[in-house]
Amino acid sequence: MKIHEYQAKELMQARGIAVPMGRPATTVDEAVAAVRPLIEASGNPVVVVKSQIHAGGRGKGRFVEHPDVAGVNVVTAGIDGGVEAAEAAVRSLAEKMLGSTLVTIQTGPEGKTVNRLYIEQGIDIARELYLSVLLDRAISRNIVMASTEGGTEIEVVAAETPEKILREGIDPAFGMLDFQAARIASGLGLEGDAHRNGVKFVKALTRAAVELDTDLVEINPLVVTTEGTVMALDGKMSFEANALYRHPDVQEMRDLSEEDPAETEASEHDLSFIKLDGTIGCMVNGAGLAMATMDIIKYVGGEPANFLDVGGGATADKVAAAFKIITKDPNVKGIFINIFGGIMRCDTIAEGVVSAVKEVGLEVPLVVRLEGTNVDLGKRILDESGLDLVSADDMKDGAQKILELTR
Amino acid sequence: MSVLIDKDTDVIVQGMGKTGTFHTDKAIAYGTRMVGAVHPSRAGETEVFEGETDHSGVPGRDDRYRVELPIYRSVAEAVAETGATASVVYVPPPFAADAIMEAADAALDVVICITEGIPVTDMVRAKRFLEDKATRLVGPNCPGVITPAECKIGIMPGYIHTPGRIGVVSRSGTLTYEAVFQLTNNGLGQTTAIGIGGDPVNGTNFIDCLAMFNDDPVTEGVIMIGEIGGTAEEEAAEWIAANMRKPVAGFIAGTTAPAGKRMGHAGAIISGGKGTAADKIAALKAAGVVVAPTPTDMGAAMLQAMEAAGRA
Repeated sequence: MKIHEYQAKELMQARGIAVPMGRPATTVDEAVAAVRPLIEASGNPVVVVKSQIHAGGRGKGRFVEHPDVAGVNVVTAGIDGGVEAAEAAVRSLAEKMLGSTLVTIQTGPEGKTVNRLYIEQGIDIARELYLSVLLDRAISRNIVMASTEGGTEIEVVAAETPEKILREGIDPAFGMLDFQAARIASGLGLEGDAHRNGVKFVKALTRAAVELDTDLVEINPLVVTTEGTVMALDGKMSFEANALYRHPDVQEMRDLSEEDPAETEASEHDLSFIKLDGTIGCMVNGAGLAMATMDIIKYVGGEPANFLDVGGGATADKVAAAFKIITKDPNVKGIFINIFGGIMRCDTIAEGVVSAVKEVGLEVPLVVRLEGTNVDLGKRILDESGLDLVSADDMKDGAQKILELTR
Repeated sequence: MSVLIDKDTDVIVQGMGKTGTFHTDKAIAYGTRMVGAVHPSRAGETEVFEGETDHSGVPGRDDRYRVELPIYRSVAEAVAETGATASVVYVPPPFAADAIMEAADAALDVVICITEGIPVTDMVRAKRFLEDKATRLVGPNCPGVITPAECKIGIMPGYIHTPGRIGVVSRSGTLTYEAVFQLTNNGLGQTTAIGIGGDPVNGTNFIDCLAMFNDDPVTEGVIMIGEIGGTAEEEAAEWIAANMRKPVAGFIAGTTAPAGKRMGHAGAIISGGKGTAADKIAALKAAGVVVAPTPTDMGAAMLQAMEAAGRA
């Protein structure tokens, strides 16, 4: 689960991690009201107006409605004009940004609507660095990755100058040790106060990552100020779904407006669903088989409309819910149900499909491939239902049949 | 012969909720030697299992079975009383990592964890705990391990399997069934089928299984089924190129998966440009693995690999 930058910074600040002062705003007036307290508290006449969306690349992103406005804007009007000038500039920006569509390299061409802004104090930056905490699957431990190339995408650094990436594995029995944090701070070229602050920052960040069960914390850039403070200028946090149950405060930060409504509905039914751009809807049991079903549709020349795993213990109701989610997508020109019943019985699937079709109707072709537990009973239920469907012998046969029917 | 488990393996079950009880019954019907259960608040009781024998399992049994399974307070107690060497974990996610560590503390040879949804942080700790233990963990989030007609530990349907010549190792449950069924239908059969699970932190990996199959005299070939995410398949490909003496076929799911989206399994995600199906397929092919172009061709790919090695 992803959260916004301002929420990540709230969580960080509560755990002793240095972040700039800032205030979230959902209206123009709130944005303007944030300016004076920030300038007075920080003593810095510069403020920054940042779009809050669940995607990166905001600084270089532009608004569809206002192509001259970036996703993140540094407001310098206060340097010469004082607080009132800064407020006027923030008002003008907030009016354009709120409710408009921001397109960045990560949003896709359709972009994302900006519903919230984060107004932050200006920072006098001496250096921009990179720091993240994530799982290294090869060693089954979290690692800290750090780099002097702040502000650049880490994938680019990894590909072009891999020697510039520092790594420290975190032993779960001990946590991040002092000498490891010091090694990172030294590797980043920090000295004096900045070194001390860097060590503190790295230790606090790794502690927070483990405590909060994040699957990624990325600070890019991590900045060193002209006074030697080390702080998170940006902050990205995402959380491991399996551990959310023990973090109710984090769960409350979920922003449903940032998620695909069909995916949200699916998760309410405990279905694993991902919307794709194709025309053939899929309903499958098991994640691996669901992926393989998408692959085989593509292999025979079609395009899958979704990934959908109904899971191992699906009931007829769950199957019916899945069927409705698929048929709601206007792009779907046909549906392929592919089941290898193990624990999931074929008759359960058949009953769910029949009841869903009775309820919502069936306006597109349907191909069903059933194999495994109670396959004969499942086929009989489908036959006797009088549904207009086509049976398939195996996955490839099914994929070819649904493709022909949708052409 | 087989790997990990066979007809003499005595098994205890940790977690006797609805799922654990249901699959314990299926395992007993198949002929697995279930010898005890662990449930602290029900210690001293017995759980009765009876029903119709699953004749696709261990041969030479009566048509009906009845087992009174003793329930113990702890894994250590169950091991002391029964001499079990394997356990299967159905404990719910918040407590499953602890159950794995308890099993390792009791020095079981193998712990097979079926539970899906264990927090990664918990598994990182459990894996650290296992580092200096002899216990082998399979899973979590896996269908289990089966040596056909000898021992079934997990949630896979028994009847699709048949004793044979191929070792199966897979990150995905239902895709394993697909592969197994094709190997049953084309007559190759299976020695042992191992689901290693779809989580980013798991116990046994592809290389562990390949090494076991390489050393197992009965296994003549191996099929490995991978998916997007991580680099386990690439590492396995390197190991195969350097060490494998037997033909290997493979399949990788997720050719069409978009980057940054978790495809059901916690471990199946393309992130930072790493873990794509194309990379994995290329690595396997370079190691001489016959890669099935579609999941319908997994059995055929294995046959082709066996023919090429003169073992068909």
